[in-house]
Amino acid sequence: MRVGGWRGGVGRALVLAVPYAWLVLFFLVPLLIVGKISLSEMRAGVPPYEPILDFADGALVGVRATLENFALLFEDDLYVGAYFQSVGIALVSTLLCLLIGYPMALGIARARPDRRGPLLLLIILPFWTSFLIRVYAWMGILKDEGLLNGALLWAGVISEPLVILNTDAAVYIGIVYSYLPFMVLPLYATLEKLDPSLLEAAADLGARPWRAFLSVTLPLSLPGVVAGSMLVFVPAVGEYVIPDLLGGGDTQMLGKALWDVFAFSRDWPTAAALAVSMLAALALPIAVFNRLQARLEPEEK
Amino acid sequence: MRRSGGLLAALLFGYAFLYLPIGLLVAWSFNASRVVNVWGGFSTKWYGELTRNEAFLDAAWLSLKVAATSATAALALGVLAAVVLVRLGRFRGRMLFNGLVTAPLVMPEVILGLALLLLFVALEQAVGWPDGRGFATIAIAHSTMGMAYATVVVRSRLAQMDRSLEEAAMDLGARPLKVFLVITLPVIAPSLAAAWLLAFTLSLDDVVVAQFVSGPGATTLPIEVFSSVRLGVSPQINALGTLIVAVVAVLIVLAWRLMAARRGG
Repeated sequence: MRVGGWRGGVGRALVLAVPYAWLVLFFLVPLLIVGKISLSEMRAGVPPYEPILDFADGALVGVRATLENFALLFEDDLYVGAYFQSVGIALVSTLLCLLIGYPMALGIARARPDRRGPLLLLIILPFWTSFLIRVYAWMGILKDEGLLNGALLWAGVISEPLVILNTDAAVYIGIVYSYLPFMVLPLYATLEKLDPSLLEAAADLGARPWRAFLSVTLPLSLPGVVAGSMLVFVPAVGEYVIPDLLGGGDTQMLGKALWDVFAFSRDWPTAAALAVSMLAALALPIAVFNRLQARLEPEEK
Repeated sequence: MRRSGGLLAALLFGYAFLYLPIGLLVAWSFNASRVVNVWGGFSTKWYGELTRNEAFLDAAWLSLKVAATSATAALALGVLAAVVLVRLGRFRGRMLFNGLVTAPLVMPEVILGLALLLLFVALEQAVGWPDGRGFATIAIAHSTMGMAYATVVVRSRLAQMDRSLEEAAMDLGARPLKVFLVITLPVIAPSLAAAWLLAFTLSLDDVVVAQFVSGPGATTLPIEVFSSVRLGVSPQINALGTLIVAVVAVLIVLAWRLMAARRGG
């Protein structure tokens, strides 16, 4: 028995050690390095930052940490603007996704059971095709001599082409388009579990469909609303490809600012400070999300 | 249940919104004219140009290698992580482990990319590895991303699994490793396939993280597409997009049929 227990112990340790070590080395440590570099000074050279800890003869002789990078972020209107614009664009896009996605999820949940599968498949399918190429397709639709303007001009709705590409409007369209499936899927999951007899009871008691929706369906689907909103909001805040391809010069979002600072200015400490402040911006919504999920989940049953 | 006209309209609008751009892309790819609003006649010349584009072909090959490698690593790591979370019970550091497994799901890609790049630079300084960035660094980054998704998929299947088969095997004297290989893995096999495919697709689709951790001479297909798309609309990209959509559609319909047939039979 002792031998068996010993072997189980080694197996258990191995099963635990491999993924743990991977996550620490390739996820936790990199994040700590970002935190460290966000506190160091920039310099010209490879790598382009000063070490924080000064070693001489193997002994620590000084610590040079600075909050200058963060101070710079708060002083520079560009970054402050990017911060608020990112959160604002992500919020509005999340609401738009909710407005379009909720009726879709409800429609699928109330479709005939044999049709729900294919309808859901059609929601998931775009996700498996290239995200980049789907965003790119919008460039052809939205540009000045693009399809949308062509159609509107032809129909006589407008006489001058609308400028949509390279504006915030195009960024909203791109984000809503790309993240809509992430909103519909969790919403569908909660709506599908909803007991139809509750709605029948509401109708028997004289509630009109709209009233029944507001007092039965909507409250019971809140976990899905919260989950879907987070799945849209969090990645939208850090979005880089969509503002880069569809946004204009005045669309500054954090993800794009981070890449520009990193790649073009080669200012790694500022890029790291941007990453840390982006995480800080997301920590609150993620914590709220976890709280709500934990509180709402028992009610689902 | 009665379906109201409003919901039907919402569904139609939603699906049109999702599929119109994809449909247009397919149509444009066969347009002989470069201009999207002018139909210059049916042509497959952009496909011809695409097959002669060395940069795209090289990038596609690298992307496939990276995706296959990282999906396999992500699956192995994800299975281990799922076993840890579902079967190992309490251990010191479980909270941290759970946090580390799920955090990449909500981590913005720019942060993950930057963090991994800084790690690779620091490692190269400290131990001389990785010597430059390319296949290995992109594959490691994608494995970390894919692992989080693979863990979610495998974990939920493992938690639902009926354990009586495993217990029976143990009672008959099979060792834990053998039980896992002979009983557990085959039972959860569909979730393994789903997890691998998910990680594979994520890797093939990623441009942000790859852009941080790739080096000169090692561009993946999305990086190549991104840099060419930034310069404007290009018919070759329309053709490439159409090919991707076609492959995905065929695979998904096949998988769907297979699943439906299994359920029906």
